[in-house]
Amino acid sequence: MLDVKAGDDASFEFLLRKYRLPLINFLGRMVRDAATAEDLAQEVFLRVYRARKAYTPSAKFTTWLFRIATNLALNSVRDNRWRQAETSLDEPAGEDAGPRELPAPEMRMDEHLIERDRAEFIRRAIASLPEKQRAAVLLHKYEELDYGEIARILDCSESALKSLLFRAYESLRVQLAPLVIQPVPQREGKGRLS
Amino acid sequence: MTCEEVSAGLIAYLDHRVISAERREMEDHLASCAACQMRAGEFRKVFTVLDELPLLEPSFGFDVRVRERIAAEPRRRWFPAFLPQPRLAFSAALLLAMAIFVAKLPLSNRAAPPAASPVQQGDFNAIQNLGVLENYDIVTNIDALSELAPAASPDAAQPEQPATHDDGGI
Repeated sequence: MLDVKAGDDASFEFLLRKYRLPLINFLGRMVRDAATAEDLAQEVFLRVYRARKAYTPSAKFTTWLFRIATNLALNSVRDNRWRQAETSLDEPAGEDAGPRELPAPEMRMDEHLIERDRAEFIRRAIASLPEKQRAAVLLHKYEELDYGEIARILDCSESALKSLLFRAYESLRVQLAPLVIQPVPQREGKGRLS
Repeated sequence: MTCEEVSAGLIAYLDHRVISAERREMEDHLASCAACQMRAGEFRKVFTVLDELPLLEPSFGFDVRVRERIAAEPRRRWFPAFLPQPRLAFSAALLLAMAIFVAKLPLSNRAAPPAASPVQQGDFNAIQNLGVLENYDIVTNIDALSELAPAASPDAAQPEQPATHDDGGI
């Protein structure tokens, strides 16, 4: 980021390539809308670019980045500017369609349907969490940030964060109980991404 | 360790982010408390289930759109670099105001003209009492004296002197 601050455009390209995937996934799971997630991710990169001259390395870059992303996502959720997207794999996908998951080619249709249903079940469970708990779980489970970073992003103490995470996982434990009891069918391949 | 204390530290324990002493206490409690043990086991399964959520990939045009938005950002102009910064401008203005104040200060104190120095006053008195100069008009009008050679004094070198000689009708 210091190189970006110094005006190195190639370094910004590096940041874009490195962080677009985690950002889109984090934002997509926060707002549950692929197109909105991409718009928000673009906005995050734009804000990083605009703020490059004022950037001071007082914290890790990921903390700063996800703090911007979390604030944008929370605002988006609270403003209700997003819509629940029920994407269907049967819909024709244009080139500029939002992020999309495709089944692995080696999967049987029944396996794919089961996996899709389970994924949707998980998404709904995460989406049902209060916004701050949702952000905490996503940053902890999927982005694998440490407690200090997440606490700074969510502007709370580490002990408050641990309590937040415990309550969130306790809710998920109850909601995901059907999936926990009935584990995913064993198969050789795993879902592929496009 | 109580069940509440275990609950507070359970996520960190499952993340392997607790110190060894605390870890031993947790394990001792979990070994003796079926409820906490079951909860820890179910949390582990929840973590595994959450891993099933597939990743989203950005659309093909994502990078292009980001670059377009950045290219549309207004570029920094060169002339602001030459404009004074607010702090610098304030400092310069303050310095200028102080300079004007200091420059005006002696003028205000100059209501009464300063007394001439003793040396200047002495020179003035000497010039005022100088006999030759005092009787200059009389001396220059005496014809007899006009035939004398010009005095070696500096006063003779005055430009009016030759004119006086001409007037004298030599």
